[in-house]
Amino acid sequence: MLLDGAVVRVIIDGISHDYGQTQVLRDISVTIDEGEIVAVIGPSGCGKSTLLRFVGGLERPDSGRVLLSGEPPPGSLNPLTYIFQDFALLPWRTVEGNVRLVLEDHGIRGAAAREIVSDVLARTNLSDFRTAWPRQLSGGMKQRVAIARALSVRPAVMLMDEPLSALDAQTRELLMDDLVELWIREQFSACYVTHNLAEAVRLAHRIVVLSRRPGRIREIVEIDIPLAERPGRTAGLDELQHRVWSLLREEAREADRELTDAA
Amino acid sequence: MPPDGVDTTRPVPFRGGGFRTRSIFVVGPIVFVLLILLWQLGSGTGFISDIALPAPSAVFDAFRDLVTTGMLWKHLSASLYRLVVGWTLGTLFGVAIGTSIGLFSLARAGLVPVVSAAFPIPKIALLPLFVIWFGTGEGSKVATILFGTLFPTVVATYGGIDNVDRNLIRMGQSFGLTWLSIVRKIVIPGALPAILSGFRISASIAVVLLVAAEMIGAQYGIGAYILTAGALFATDQLIAGVAILSILGLAIGWLIGRAERRFLDWRT
Repeated sequence: MLLDGAVVRVIIDGISHDYGQTQVLRDISVTIDEGEIVAVIGPSGCGKSTLLRFVGGLERPDSGRVLLSGEPPPGSLNPLTYIFQDFALLPWRTVEGNVRLVLEDHGIRGAAAREIVSDVLARTNLSDFRTAWPRQLSGGMKQRVAIARALSVRPAVMLMDEPLSALDAQTRELLMDDLVELWIREQFSACYVTHNLAEAVRLAHRIVVLSRRPGRIREIVEIDIPLAERPGRTAGLDELQHRVWSLLREEAREADRELTDAA
Repeated sequence: MPPDGVDTTRPVPFRGGGFRTRSIFVVGPIVFVLLILLWQLGSGTGFISDIALPAPSAVFDAFRDLVTTGMLWKHLSASLYRLVVGWTLGTLFGVAIGTSIGLFSLARAGLVPVVSAAFPIPKIALLPLFVIWFGTGEGSKVATILFGTLFPTVVATYGGIDNVDRNLIRMGQSFGLTWLSIVRKIVIPGALPAILSGFRISASIAVVLLVAAEMIGAQYGIGAYILTAGALFATDQLIAGVAILSILGLAIGWLIGRAERRFLDWRT
């Protein structure tokens, strides 16, 4: 990170969006710096997943824009790479086949593909499951496969859409540990959308708290405790968690009482 | 608490199960054998008159005649040819049209009404037209089967494509897969279970139409054989012909089952 220009940075600039009559997002501006995990938290229906779809270019916002500055690392096949809540694995491909899927279109086949697959499966502790079908895997294992698939394209920024929300509490803990470990090793950047405060406090460097629909930024909370030290410093985190929850509580209560026709 | 000394402890009655099905392989064949034995017994004792229903042994003799005279192969090959050509063409066109309806809004807007209008027409009613268009030979019979299998395949295919998990498609897009890759690797495999179950339906329709077309105008073929037998009141031959159709249906079902196991091995 010698030159500012070399740093990959995602700049979310003044995004507002409506679905028909429903106002979804209002004037969201956040920057995700290299090596930083930014959690976006808010009550259900506040548009946080929609925001993530804008960041990765899967949908277009009504106004505002998302910019990518700096050069992605060399060999990055897909700079903005998603991790989905429902894993989005192809059931008709094995673990290896699912990783290969995203390499094939870049012309990576044969030995080169095998090498990448071995590497990412080793990094996610999946080496023994190479030939397994998705249906044979637990939810946690499926999400590990999705993470392996994401790693295989060397993303500059990971876009994580409630990646642990479909998992049970114990698996969630395990995967959070894995993600922390992965971050300590690789210092990836991520935009981490969640409704789970504990995940945000554990994984994020900054927490963007959104209001209920239409989603506006209520507050951006910095957490300056390094990820590796967090398990030992529960007192400071508890206080932080409390603070964010007091911000969220009213929003969540009101959001819960709203009639909704948004998906 | 129970009154003194009386132990009311008892196991909780089991109330589950019930709707769970197990696969029992031997029962099917046993039922078949039992029915045929009963039938033979009824014919042998005169309880079932020969005029009403020939004995299984008579049917078997008729079948043996077919084999020894070499007519079986003549009829069967004529029928199989029409069936294979008609069904294959109908399926190819059906999958192609169904896929384009599933993928392109213009094709959907233009073709779905046509399919809805043409699907319920009994294709056998169009046979005279097909005879005019394609001649009295194989063409008209193949065309009947082709059009009969086309529409159910179209409906099954685009229904299957509509049901492909949109999240998987979004995943493909998010990894920058090309349009063709998404269709080949995500949409078509995702629609395959529906397409294959469409094959089961279209294959049965093909057999029904085959016989109908052969009854209207063919020298050889299972349908023609059954028609001739019926005209002569040779009920033993008639039933032998029907049994051949039954076996044909079973064979087709078995083949499609094999295909499902081969292509859908990723399912449970």
